[in-house]
This record gives sequence, structure tokens and C-alpha cells, in this order.
Amino acid sequence: MKVLTSVFLAGAAIAVSTGASAGTMEDVAGKGFIQCGVSQGLPGFSNPDESGNWTGIDVDLCRAVAAAVLGDASKVKFSPLSAKERFTALQSGEIDILSRNTTWTLVRDTALGLNFAGVNYYDGQGFMVRSDLGIKSALELDGASACVNIGTTTELNLSDYFRTNNMKLNPVVFEKADEVVAAYDAGRCDVYTTDQSGLAAQRQKLKDPGAHMLLPEIISKEPLGPVVRHGDDKWLDVVKWTLYAMIEAEELGVTSANVDKMKGSDNPGIRRLLGVEGDGGKNLGVSGDWAYNIVKQVGNYGESFDRYVGPKTPLALERGLNALWSDGGLQYAMPVR
Amino acid sequence: MAVDQVAPAARPPFFYDPRVRAIFFQVLVLALVILGGAYLVNNTLANLARQGIASGFGFLDTTAGFGISMSLVEYSEESTYGRVFLVGFLNTILVSVVGVFFATVLGFLIGVARLSRNWVVSKMANAYIETLRNIPLLLQLFFWYFAVLRTLPSPRNSVELFGSFFLNNRGLTSPSPIPEAGFSTVVISFAVAIVAAFFVARWARKRQEATGQQFPRFWAGLGIIIGLPLLAAIVTGFPLSWSVPELRGFNFVNGMVLIPEFVALVVALSTYTAAFIAEIVRAGITSVSHGQTEAAFALGLRRSPTLRLVIIPQALRVIIPPLTSQYLNLTKNSSLAAAIAYPDIVLVFAGTVLMQTGQAVEIISITMATYLALSLLISGFMNWYNQKMALVER
Repeated sequence: MKVLTSVFLAGAAIAVSTGASAGTMEDVAGKGFIQCGVSQGLPGFSNPDESGNWTGIDVDLCRAVAAAVLGDASKVKFSPLSAKERFTALQSGEIDILSRNTTWTLVRDTALGLNFAGVNYYDGQGFMVRSDLGIKSALELDGASACVNIGTTTELNLSDYFRTNNMKLNPVVFEKADEVVAAYDAGRCDVYTTDQSGLAAQRQKLKDPGAHMLLPEIISKEPLGPVVRHGDDKWLDVVKWTLYAMIEAEELGVTSANVDKMKGSDNPGIRRLLGVEGDGGKNLGVSGDWAYNIVKQVGNYGESFDRYVGPKTPLALERGLNALWSDGGLQYAMPVR
Repeated sequence: MAVDQVAPAARPPFFYDPRVRAIFFQVLVLALVILGGAYLVNNTLANLARQGIASGFGFLDTTAGFGISMSLVEYSEESTYGRVFLVGFLNTILVSVVGVFFATVLGFLIGVARLSRNWVVSKMANAYIETLRNIPLLLQLFFWYFAVLRTLPSPRNSVELFGSFFLNNRGLTSPSPIPEAGFSTVVISFAVAIVAAFFVARWARKRQEATGQQFPRFWAGLGIIIGLPLLAAIVTGFPLSWSVPELRGFNFVNGMVLIPEFVALVVALSTYTAAFIAEIVRAGITSVSHGQTEAAFALGLRRSPTLRLVIIPQALRVIIPPLTSQYLNLTKNSSLAAAIAYPDIVLVFAGTVLMQTGQAVEIISITMATYLALSLLISGFMNWYNQKMALVER
């Protein structure tokens, strides 16, 4: 009932809001912080640490936007949202930006009245099973029960995959990610499926992570990225270029450690990015040192990746598709000029 | 008419007339309510359009594309969102009806046990009530779900009962009946038997009222209801075969499954609500004066008919109204199903469908209207039953 109520309240918020939310930029400047929608706890992406601070690459993106707009990466308030609540929260203006491992799809971009500002993690849906089941491929899953999270692209991809391969599926659909993991751990399902990064993250929560294995198949494209409301172009631009600035900084070799020294660089690309030359910041409607603040306070894309999801973290994810385009990956920033 | 008695000269201005004022203010209130409603609807539509969010009910005919673990009607991934609504709605009704049944039975038993003169029985009933009704339902739901799941074995190590029932953490798999030619005869004879039993009961009551002679109408009725279809089945040569479940790969194929989510939900809802019903029943029974029992004993009635014919009918007058609200609570609480993956209307329709279409306003409205209609239906039925049970004053 609680969730129904919250969705209803959000619906009611749409019903009574007067339409003043068009300028998120002005709203944010006025209230002095950014309200950022994150997950209810997905290690590596958005997860509170021991002292209650939110960490992860999705969290870093919100902090970067705060650094760009307000000059201070700490001016962010976080709203933990379930997969089901996330879009309503954004539509109704409860949050300014949704940075919650959300897949970019056509329906979400159009019928839901949202805009995706880019992709901060290229992912794909995978499967996890118990090692002692003795299967080697997802094609052996005929008749299996699968634990999934409601309101995700995962749920649909799963149905599609089983239908295409003419296999029978018993979906067991939960509202919260934690319940999906608990039910899988309790043996309710043969297979747990979500984005590969999610599998790596949630695996830490299982009683015996070593007793489970990932199947080789990746059955979908899951481009995850930050989302804003449709029809607020100025805000969309800021979020989009914040992400590009982080990627561009990595490409140019600008890190949080050397950014002050880099300001004196002769490279015009670096000078433009850090606001020494040109008026990129003015055009975006933020201060000239916006990208300097991002890199100084949050770091570049690669730093953020290595800090939370990279090979040295418990998730141990390789860069793979998320390597820079120059290294054979898909991360490619539009020219900052 | 009162107007005739008022002298024309003393007639006050019309706006001092209390009737005119009453009508004026009622029209005013009504107009304000309608205007307020129209503003909300209009503003919602304008805001939806401004944000580019899809609206309208056309989505109900779109293909859903996802599976549902339990369905009372034919359903596949190719079915429409409208069909999803029906599946969820029926699952909600199923869990509510089964829950209400068990909650009532358990509640009456515990309520009577609470009044028992046996100290242990009465204290145990008391402990049950105080424990169950003071723990949030959602926690109880998780307790039952995970307690049930963790104790059950995996499909490959299923507990086998009678060779064809299999209990594991995917649920209870049992053989499913497959009707063959001639089965309709058995179904028809079952319907006929119910009607016949009803008439026998009526005849028995009339005869008892007229002559005072009693007739074992319960056993006679039961005999008819079981006997007649059995006879029909023997004559037609048992036109029913069974699809027996067998373990293939991960799971059982064939047969039918009672999923653990359903069991956990029914157990949680009925044990929780039973605690409240028990207190209502106790209150109802204590409300009947002890003099009624003594009078019945004085007339020579034994304990059982005293309870059945004298105490309970009078207690029901007190029991039914609060019982109705417990039934309504149970039905509404069944929406907690979403937490443990039981595919009720909230999970599949206000959950998955909402997520896929993004049409929160329409879907939440439909869902709320559904719960409202269901609650009004239950409440209407209980009011009718209450009137029937009320003491007829002579």
C-alpha cells in the first residue's frame, strides 16, 4: 500500500503543480543544492558507505553537476528510489536529475516525458546461477524460475529472450532489488538476472558469493545514463556537458591531482576545457571554471570508474565497452569548443 | 404550504428565507466542488501535455510482452495490457476470498477459545491475539515468505507425497485434472445436487416449524452433494484424467503449481486478520447476556444447540459490522503482495504496466477505482447480510 500511496502522491503532485518547474537551472540556483535520484543501494553505482555518504559513479555524476552549476560538489541531496518510483519522482519535480543506472530506451525518452543526457555506463543483461546446477549456457535454462526486479528493462528482455529461444520461463517479480537478491539466495529461483554490473555488485550481498557463477550470454544492450525532464533544454545541456567534460578530461589526461598544473598547459583543448580560453561556461550558463571544478572536486571519468567499479574494487569490472573511444571503447565526448 | 399562512405584508425579503438560503449554499458548495475537480483534471491534462507524457487509455490494447507467474485465465506474453489487468484483478480477488475464508474460520475458533474455561486454551488464544496483531503485517509477510522458502528443499530434492504431489521451494506441484468427454454430466449433476440440497434444507425447516420434528438436513445435504456427482462419474466411467508432474531439467513440467508467494500471502493475511476477528467474536459473544444461556438451558437445550441457536444469532448482530471492516482491511492489505512477488493487481498492473507505459495517472486511477469497487461490493454484501441477521422486532 505504501508504494501505491507514494506513486499516487506523485501523481497528485503532477495534478496540482503549476508548471513553474520549467527552469530547473534557476530552481537549483535558488535553493542552492541539487536533488539527485539514486538507487536504494547498488554498490559501485550509488551506495551509502559506512559513514552514510553516498558513493558510486552515478553519485559522482550528480556531484559533478553540482560542481559545474554551484561550484561545490558537496551541494547534492540524494533521494533513494526504487525502480518503480524513479520516473514518477522525476516527472513530478521531486528530483532534479535521475542518476540511477537507468537504461536509455525509446519509450522512456518519449512517452514518459524524459530526456537522457548521455551514457555513463554501457552495460548488458546477464545471468547468474548456482555453480552446482552444472549448466554452461543460458540456452539450457528452459523451464527455469528467474528472479527479476519490477519496472526494469530486464523484465522485458528476459521474456523476449525466452520467447525467441522457445523456452519456458517462470518469472518471479519483486519490487525491490534487495528482495530479488534475498529470494534468489533463499533458492526461490534458478537464475538471477539483471545488468552485468548489477550482478557483480549484488553478488557481494549473497551468503556465499563463490557458490554462484555468471553465464557467458549477454542478452541485451543496457546503456545506463542520467535522465532529466523533457522540455528543459538548458538543464539537459548542463547535465550532458558535465558528463562530456569528465570523459574529455580523461582523454586529455587531466586528473584531479594535476588539474591545477594543467591550467598552465599549452594545449588549447585543455585550456578551453578548464576555462582558461573561450567562453564555454558562459554559453552553458555556468561559471567559466565549471569543468575545472568538476575535475578538481570529483575527478575525470576514468578516476571515478576506477574508484568505484574498476578492477581494484570488489566489483572488479573491466573497462570493456566503457573504455575511451581511443582505446577501443565507446566513451566518446563531443568536442568541447 | 407554509406560504399561505404568512401575511403578505409581513413577508421578509427572499434572502432571509431559510429554505432559499439552504438551497443557495448547497448549490454554492456543489459548484465549488465541481470547479475544483475540473481544475484538477484540466491542470493534470495540461501538465501532462506540456511535459510530453503520453495519456489516454489506448495502451490497454497494446501487447504486454512480459510473463506472469500465476494466472487464472489464459495469458501469454502476446496478451494485452488489458488482459494483464484482468489477471491481476482475479489474483487479487482469489487471495482476498481465500484469505477471508481462513481468517473467518481461524478468527471464530480463536475467539471462542479465548472465552474457554480451560485456562491454558484461553491464555494461548490471548497470546496469539496479542502477538499477531501487534506486529506490522509487512514484517509478518516477509517472515512467512522467507521462513517458508528457506525450509523447503530445491526441486531436485522435493518432498514427495503420495507419489504425485511434490513440495519444494518452487511451490506445491500437484497433478492437474484434464476433463474428457462426458465430464460436463458430472458438473451438471453437481449443480443439480446443490439446488436439491437447498430445497431439502428448506423442506426440513418448514416441516420442523410445522410439526417440531427434526431432520438431519446437514448430513442429508452433504450426502446429496457428494453422492450425486459420484454416481454420475460412475455411470459415465470417470471422464477425468490427470496430468502428473514430472521432474525435467530444473523444474516440474505438467501438473499445476501452488506458488509459495500465494501460500505466504494467504497465511500472513489470514493469521493477522484472524487476531482482530477473534476479538470481535469474543466481544460479540460476551455482549449476549448470560440470562439467555440460562433461559435456553431451562428450556432443556443442550450446550451445542444453545450456542448455535441462541447465542450466535444474537452475537452476530454485534459481530457483523466490525467484521465487514476486517474483510475490507484484508482485501486492501492484499496489495502488500507486491513485496513478495505475488502477481496481484498492484504488482503487475500498477507496477510493471505502469513502468512500461509511464501512464501513472490513468493506471493509478484504474487501480484505485478497482479497489473502491471491490470494497463497496464487499461492504454492500455484508450490509445485506447484516440486515438479514438483525433481530426482527415483533
